[in-house]
Amino acid sequence: MTLPRFEYLAPETLQEACALLMQHRGRAQAMNGGTDLLPKMKDREVTPEYIVGLKAIPGLNYVKHDKKVGLRIGGLATLKGVAENPAVKKGFPLLREAILQMASPQIRNIGTVAGNLCNAAPSADTAPALIALGAMVKLLGADGQERTIPLEDFFVGPAQAVLKEGELLEEIKVPDTPPLSGGAYLRLSLRRAVDLATVGVACFLTLDGKKVCREARIVLGAVAPTPLRAKEAESLLKGARLKEDILDKAATAAMRVSKPRSFAEYRQQMVGVLTKRAIRQAWEKAAAVKGDVKSFMKKQGRRQEK
Amino acid sequence: MKRIIKLQVNGDIYEVAAEPWRTLLEVLRDEVGLTGTKKGCDEGDCGACTVLMDGESVPSCLTLAIEAQGKEITTIEGLAEGEKLHPIQEAFVEQGGLQCGFCTPGMVLSAKALLDKNPRPTEDEIRLGIAGNLCRCTGYIKIIESIAAASRKMAPHRGAIRTGR
Repeated sequence: MTLPRFEYLAPETLQEACALLMQHRGRAQAMNGGTDLLPKMKDREVTPEYIVGLKAIPGLNYVKHDKKVGLRIGGLATLKGVAENPAVKKGFPLLREAILQMASPQIRNIGTVAGNLCNAAPSADTAPALIALGAMVKLLGADGQERTIPLEDFFVGPAQAVLKEGELLEEIKVPDTPPLSGGAYLRLSLRRAVDLATVGVACFLTLDGKKVCREARIVLGAVAPTPLRAKEAESLLKGARLKEDILDKAATAAMRVSKPRSFAEYRQQMVGVLTKRAIRQAWEKAAAVKGDVKSFMKKQGRRQEK
Repeated sequence: MKRIIKLQVNGDIYEVAAEPWRTLLEVLRDEVGLTGTKKGCDEGDCGACTVLMDGESVPSCLTLAIEAQGKEITTIEGLAEGEKLHPIQEAFVEQGGLQCGFCTPGMVLSAKALLDKNPRPTEDEIRLGIAGNLCRCTGYIKIIESIAAASRKMAPHRGAIRTGR
């Protein structure tokens, strides 16, 4: 399977890349790791005349932690770079957990988190985890304008994100997580590695000092045209203690909102199974954390007043 | 339109003419003449095309040759030193870690990438380390045993075998 012919352009800045994409709109694709784009090109699913190579653009392959913003992931950061970053291991283990379950070591070495999001597969594994963590994405347009939107609003449909012509994903921001929080990402796939998830469930919970659930986010992947928040399930957990019947009710609520296209009955049932497991795991992790909720809330209050 | 590109492979520099749409896999096999790296699925799923770039395992079928410039590429041909096999290769031979041998170059390079970072991996860590490499012959058991044996050869003083499935 040879690749179709194309001209390769190597911009030196992200802004230049956006301009090139706009200039050749409809006939150009941006590429970094290429682990989603190149297979599609080999299948002739897409045949861009121009590839705008992003790899060599300096200053965007970073994972930083900032006390004000939280975690900042550059648009060129690889899946492996993010998963192995100490700030991610320490403060955002849910993201690391999701990344290590997807693709393969080889693909994670060159594939990027931004690419996983922009490819916008309904089954994208980084999406449920990042949405559960409240991530925001900063986009850069061909006109130089930047806009930051919640990742939750980034997906429109299968392989469709809100990116306009000439727009690229510049940075992913993830706010620091409160104390007494825990998360879990579980996925179902035929093969342990490489295969797309047939069901993905991310759960992120925050407890209060009395081990009652204060906040919950449950995000489903692969069972709808886009990653989907199971809001009814989330609201059932708020104010509740970890008990079997609450888990069952939340799992059923998550099942109800999922709409897998194929093998629907089986996959919906698996949504229920994985949701229950993910909530339990997230809860146990959150309950195991030692943290002072009151002083965190005070700091939050002071920050907001500024 | 062909471009002259310079690739650094196994310590040697090769100047080849290649169009932008040629993959590193194609150029290694067809222009450089190193056919140890195999074309399996050609879409990043099987790992037969695995090479190391600056020490990290990558799918060469999903790497554009023009983007591989300036990196240190290691193929299976780069492991042995003349007639002397690399310890990982020795372990595969001694333990019987191959049958047809088609997946073996990719497996050995993935094993090298794993052991260079994690010298005494547990069985589960080995399985995760080769999760991107398919084998149609062996059922993987002998491959895992070969990698474990290699790790004992390469890091003999790194402590007792850790269990931890």
